[in-house]
Amino acid sequence: MKLALGPLLYYWPRQSVVRFYEEIARSSVDIVYLGEVICSRRHELRLSDWLDLAAALEAAGKEVVLSTQALTESESDLRTLRRIAGNGRFPVEANDMGAVNVLAGAAPFIAGPHLNVYNPHTLSVLAGLGVRRWVMPVEMPRHVLEDMQHARPAGVETEVLAFGRLPLAFSARCFTARRNNLPKDDCRFSCIDHPDGLPLDTLEGAPFLVLNGIQTQSAHVHCLIADLDDLAGLGVDAVRISPQSRHTADVIALFRQRMIGALDAAAAARELEQLAPGATCDGYWRALPGMTPPGNAP
Amino acid sequence: MTTTNGLPPTGKSARIELVCPAGNLPSLRAAVDNGADSVYIGLRDNTNARNFGGLNFELPAARDGLDYAHRSGTKVLLAINTYPQPATWQRWTRAVDTAAGLGFDAVIIADAGLMRYAVRTHPQLRIHLSVQGSATSYEAINFYHRHFNVRRAVLPRVLSLAQVEQVIRNTPVEIEVFGFGSLCVMVEGRCALSSYVTGESPNMTGACSPAKAVRWEQKASGLEARLNGVLIDRYGANENAAYPTLCKGRFKAGDDVYYAIEEPASLNALELLPELDRIGVAAVKIEGRQRSPAYVAAVTRVWRQALDACAQGTAAPQPRWSEELRRMSEGQSHTLGAYHRPWK
Repeated sequence: MKLALGPLLYYWPRQSVVRFYEEIARSSVDIVYLGEVICSRRHELRLSDWLDLAAALEAAGKEVVLSTQALTESESDLRTLRRIAGNGRFPVEANDMGAVNVLAGAAPFIAGPHLNVYNPHTLSVLAGLGVRRWVMPVEMPRHVLEDMQHARPAGVETEVLAFGRLPLAFSARCFTARRNNLPKDDCRFSCIDHPDGLPLDTLEGAPFLVLNGIQTQSAHVHCLIADLDDLAGLGVDAVRISPQSRHTADVIALFRQRMIGALDAAAAARELEQLAPGATCDGYWRALPGMTPPGNAP
Repeated sequence: MTTTNGLPPTGKSARIELVCPAGNLPSLRAAVDNGADSVYIGLRDNTNARNFGGLNFELPAARDGLDYAHRSGTKVLLAINTYPQPATWQRWTRAVDTAAGLGFDAVIIADAGLMRYAVRTHPQLRIHLSVQGSATSYEAINFYHRHFNVRRAVLPRVLSLAQVEQVIRNTPVEIEVFGFGSLCVMVEGRCALSSYVTGESPNMTGACSPAKAVRWEQKASGLEARLNGVLIDRYGANENAAYPTLCKGRFKAGDDVYYAIEEPASLNALELLPELDRIGVAAVKIEGRQRSPAYVAAVTRVWRQALDACAQGTAAPQPRWSEELRRMSEGQSHTLGAYHRPWK
């Protein structure tokens, strides 16, 4: 199995992003997804900057993929999409069907986690258009993935999110701007104040969700490190780690140690809990509510 | 001819079709009798996104409904708009076969694999792209047109009016938009909040914040609404309690307690009808297959009158229409949603 680093979902100052990927270049991760997936207003890095980072990571031996924005609304969003699709060098992760339409037949591409691939028939439609890897939807349980693996088209790899806050929803509304009583069009780029998103608790103070601009994430951190043998047994080709502002390189190192058998599953899970930005959960994998903590019954 | 924004007219159909919901036969009759051009329904299983107990149609009721509607020249559409999973794939293809066999006027589908099945097996069957398909740009809509001959797309409640117009200008596919009813603040088809908390989601189960996960508890601090144990809202003695749809609860960010995602309000785009007409919207959809026949009757009647007035060029919304719709609304407040830029 390969180790993949998903796209950076938060909005960080340019220098923080550059430093982050310098560290990633030295890490043992195999695949790096790059680019702005959440919001077209975020501008600390332009496409040319992302391409520079991509070249540096490729030179460090990483497989680099450019990710497209998940929610496309405007003509300007489509122009950005076409520029990414036409980059001519790096493969692209399509995060909506508009991206699929632009990429189909042009070059091999990756079907991102937001494409709603829930059955082998849909995967085969995409395979026919050039998909060479698909990322499982976050809410898909193990038993459905097992069925998918039996029927997946030849030559298509499978990637599964194994660590990170769950990307649960997208909206036209910016919840970070709403938090600050600002209109989306004049958001003052408030996301930059929240390097791991804006925590939202229930009225009794329990961590519940994390607001990240137009995206809503789980407060709990989805974690499948205890299931890596199972994932490998199911023929999963890559597991994805989602970037966070602290400890991402340590998380990658821990996954690598577990994958080469230098750590047992329980020890790895215990260590990972110290590095996660919230309590861990794995309910989706076990066909339970996604927020369910590891080991818990429903 | 010029238009208010200086652009030429789109040249698409001037008469907007009224598409109304029915969760049972009495609602279907109410929609037909009050002037719906189309009624959309679902079968009684998880192939549709309103998979609620006691709702939806067994085959005999579907046959009766089709007969009743077709006698009045009203079309009936079958929503097969959840995402099929491998082990139960045949349930979804059977639903498509049923639609073709019984003479439904179109199927409303979200899943690309199921669309491929429909177009290959029943090439005469008209396919509409469900809002659950999350197509928010003409590139996405044209994808479904190119590969599956989709004839109409229902837009997620995401785009501003100017963005809807941009879509219409760049696709041969008819565009249907939501006009009235409960408001999803998230992009439809891209929301797993419900399964995160309850294990059931619109995509996989056809349910959001399902009733079986709801618990009400009267505490000293107020009336608490929980969803699978998670506190969604707490109401004081003088507050109206709303159903705990989890995106419409009150939460805490720092020290602030507020409706962090969305207030319990309904979408009402009635006042936008002249604009929707001008930009070439083909159909307006009323949400609410879970609502009563009386609700369907009242909302359909108001929208029929408004659309007829719009077609005759006397489009100004009448106060009594708005008042009647307001009484029907969740939380009794209205919003223009994403059509109105400041909402975002």
